Amino acid sequence: MKLRDMTELAVRNLREAILRNSLTTLGVAVGVASLVAMLSLGAGLQQLATSRLSKSGLFDSIFVTAKSNSRGPGSGPPATRTPAAKARPLDEAARAEITKLPNVIEVYPQIRFFTEVRFDGKPFATMVAGMPESSKLTGSFDGMQGKFFSSANADEAILQSEFAKELNTQTSSLIGKDLVLRYAERQALPADAAAAGAQGSGGFSVVPKEKHLRIIGVVETEPASGFGGFGSGRLLIPVLVAETLRAAQVNDLRDVVRDSASDKPAYMSLTVRVKSPSLVDSTEAKIKELGFGAFSLLDASKSLRIFFSVFDLLLGIFGSLALAVATLGIINTLVMAILERRREIGVLKALGAADSDVKQLFFVEAGVMGLAGGILGVIFGWMIGAVLTFATNVYLKRQDLPGVEIFAVPWWLISGAIGFAVLVSLIAGLYPASRAAKLNPVDALRYE
Amino acid sequence: MPKSQEANEAEASQAAIQIENVSRHYTMGESSIRAVDDVSLTIPTGEFLALLGSSGSGKSTLLNLMAGLDRPTSGSILSGGRNLAELSPLELARYRRNTVGMVFQSFNLLPRMTLEENVELPLRLAEVERSERGARVQEALERVRLAKRTGHRPSELSGGEQQRTAIARALVNRPKILFADEPTGNLDSATGEAILTLLREIQASMGMTIVMVTHERHLAEKFADRLATMGDGKLLTTLDSQRSGDGARQ
Repeated sequence: MKLRDMTELAVRNLREAILRNSLTTLGVAVGVASLVAMLSLGAGLQQLATSRLSKSGLFDSIFVTAKSNSRGPGSGPPATRTPAAKARPLDEAARAEITKLPNVIEVYPQIRFFTEVRFDGKPFATMVAGMPESSKLTGSFDGMQGKFFSSANADEAILQSEFAKELNTQTSSLIGKDLVLRYAERQALPADAAAAGAQGSGGFSVVPKEKHLRIIGVVETEPASGFGGFGSGRLLIPVLVAETLRAAQVNDLRDVVRDSASDKPAYMSLTVRVKSPSLVDSTEAKIKELGFGAFSLLDASKSLRIFFSVFDLLLGIFGSLALAVATLGIINTLVMAILERRREIGVLKALGAADSDVKQLFFVEAGVMGLAGGILGVIFGWMIGAVLTFATNVYLKRQDLPGVEIFAVPWWLISGAIGFAVLVSLIAGLYPASRAAKLNPVDALRYE
Repeated sequence: MPKSQEANEAEASQAAIQIENVSRHYTMGESSIRAVDDVSLTIPTGEFLALLGSSGSGKSTLLNLMAGLDRPTSGSILSGGRNLAELSPLELARYRRNTVGMVFQSFNLLPRMTLEENVELPLRLAEVERSERGARVQEALERVRLAKRTGHRPSELSGGEQQRTAIARALVNRPKILFADEPTGNLDSATGEAILTLLREIQASMGMTIVMVTHERHLAEKFADRLATMGDGKLLTTLDSQRSGDGARQ
């Protein structure tokens, strides 16, 4: 029999025992819904976690330092080192070289210094931190008052809200106003002075300076901008502006103590952001080849992925339990149908239906129930997810937290769930179908 | 006296069905029941044969064997040059689909289908093109004079109409042989006669072979060409009916 005829007959048969078949289909739908709900929750939480974490810059960043000579034998056997792997200063040239590496988005130094700010004629002490352009994408600035820096070198400042409250309790009124940053500029000693010095390199003098900045925004917390970003910067300025300030930093003292290999100013460390966490490994290796120390938190993201795989698996198993019960329902329904339709099977065989025709007819009936249950189940599952998201967001709103999407129903899950439901139904139909096909037509026709 | 092989083959080529030493045994627990016991019978093409006998005589079992619904324990059933006993299940299904048609005592129409759909069912099984089906169904229904009530369900029809629908269903694939198992058993005598008159007409117009199981001897004598009587699984007698004398045989 052709598939179209088969399907027509199957649907007709299913309609005949509409209540029983609807209930069976509903069972499949509930099974699929629980599977979809569980997996969507898993997928949603994973998406939430990975997007938050990758935005945070923790997993797509590489922390680069100059390879220190002072570590001695711990830094590796000298015999294996290629000339390129020799310790190099982390200077402007090095930064340009790293920037040119494939997949690198941004290379920026960690700049933070403690200084004094004058606002409205009053002095305030605070920590200043340079913000790279990419920190805009971290999500930390999403709910801010005002806006992000208009350009990479704008003389603008974003205040951390605690600090903003110190300036004015009405933080929104601060936006658009100016403040003065008083800082100590690091100036290299004149060449003759350097020559006069015993070592000559790394010497500098400190000159007090001022910088006018316009307040353009207030943010809840400083984004964790890569490594070393955990210190609480309270006055945020574009990293390019921070660099031009050449402000004396805490770690400058170490430069003095250390025997720097170059006369040029060198960075303590650079943070390299790559396009995606998966590119961290290869880029890290390339940076090491250039002769710098590099370090990333990728391992943590790997563990996260493993965690979510196991989490999804467990959710999937629990979701599948309901579907397993639904499978038994399909078997039961079809076995009942064979008993009821024994005579009909006999008639079909007398009219020339082959065993395979009868088998396929029951198979298609199981498949149709699976398909209908699968589609219905995806809709139910999606509704469960919508309700869960709604309830979670109501709760978060009460806690004054921004809303989140804890639920994701990706296309693969929709098609996968429907496909799985059909497959499971077909497997459930195997036994009833072969039993129906094996019926002896003479016995079946005699059956009243 | 055993016949020569050539004679056998010549006869088989003319015969619609040739049964040779066919037995069908059932085992019920430890005892064996010989439903059909060493029966040989040749049915020429175009004959209307009535199988008579009391209930349990084995006539329905023999009919099922000839219709390809059952297989003999031993012996051979030749039809169209093939031995049904040796066909695979799929080939046997094709034989039922294309070569034979079946009519039952209890009509066996599918209750949730309309007349038209019931008659169309064998066409679906035979994978006849959809465009052809309407005309074929119409033709079969006209042949049984039921072209009007095609949208009704079997339960909305009288017994005679239901049996005529069943005959239309049996005819729609244009079979060579029609098997009828007590076709008048559930009908009053007038309707029964009308049905047999219809079968007779079809036999004449389509040149079809008809094998009918019945226990109503007077109907068999009136409509069949030949009567074969069975008892205890054995073929007791075969004799030409009074009809065959007046040239009714095609």
